[in-house]
Amino acid sequence: MNGPLRIGTHELGSRLIVGTGKYPSLEIMQQAHHASGTSMITVAIRRINLDDPTGKTMLDYIDRTRYTILPNTAGCTTAKEAVLTAQLARELLETDLIKLEVIGDAQTLYPDTAETIVAARELVRDGFTVLPYIVDDPTACKRLEDDGCAAVMPLGAPIGSGLGICNRYSISIIVEHATVPVIVDAGVGTASDAAIAMELGVDAVLMNTGIAAAQDPVKMARAMRLAVESGRLAFEAGRMAKKLYASASSPVTDLIGSAK
Amino acid sequence: MKATVNGEQRILDLGTTVGRLLAELGVRDAGIAVAVNDRIVRKAAFDEHALKDGDAIEIIRAVAGG
Repeated sequence: MNGPLRIGTHELGSRLIVGTGKYPSLEIMQQAHHASGTSMITVAIRRINLDDPTGKTMLDYIDRTRYTILPNTAGCTTAKEAVLTAQLARELLETDLIKLEVIGDAQTLYPDTAETIVAARELVRDGFTVLPYIVDDPTACKRLEDDGCAAVMPLGAPIGSGLGICNRYSISIIVEHATVPVIVDAGVGTASDAAIAMELGVDAVLMNTGIAAAQDPVKMARAMRLAVESGRLAFEAGRMAKKLYASASSPVTDLIGSAK
Repeated sequence: MKATVNGEQRILDLGTTVGRLLAELGVRDAGIAVAVNDRIVRKAAFDEHALKDGDAIEIIRAVAGG
């Protein structure tokens, strides 16, 4: 619905990108993925457990004929770590897609903008389709776009906070200036947050905890799907102008008992 | 010779290849990727890439994340 989204050479049928973390079980995760209608699913990259070397990996739970995988560099705190993680992800998944995440602060999980830009440049040079997680800062987003990123992914609120879209104005400015897709990544807590993001004109929403930490993740996944579709439709439809005073919807003439 | 595998010190036979290290560790080679000293070793090169004393090997997989 709502037309496909193009990121670099990739085309996505759904404007909702979902994660694989924090679900109560892998079965519920798979059901939630299905209910979300998503086309793209994120995974993280970590060392294998040498004490359980034959253990299953997340790839055993994602049908790659149905979903595009978006690996992330979550947990990296330097450009160097992020670049190596991206290269390992490319080798593992045979994809040029990378969600670039370079964390600058452990408590807020805010990105380190300077390191993110350094890593983005190197990954673009290396042929990656780079989707950077970044602050909701129009200047940083523009810089990343100019450096060749295929999309920009400003946060709506801190990762896992569920606070919603904290600064609608900065997201609107980013949308106005971007010529690559804008994806709100992080902060969405419930359906209205996703709808608000989409109504602002962003091209997609990426969320994990908003679905995974709901009381019923499968039901919330469906709610998010509908919210993203509704928000996109509302954006495309173009909302009415806001006005300070009332404007009657019914005729104001020929009222019963009024004087001729 | 000594090498570091995912941050752990290991003693390896001289000339151990990436492929042999994975076999010795019992790692199935589907669903993983390998870097040696911050450089990717392609799957096709696992059996040719001989490790050296002091090498740092990273063996990774996909896990849950957002």
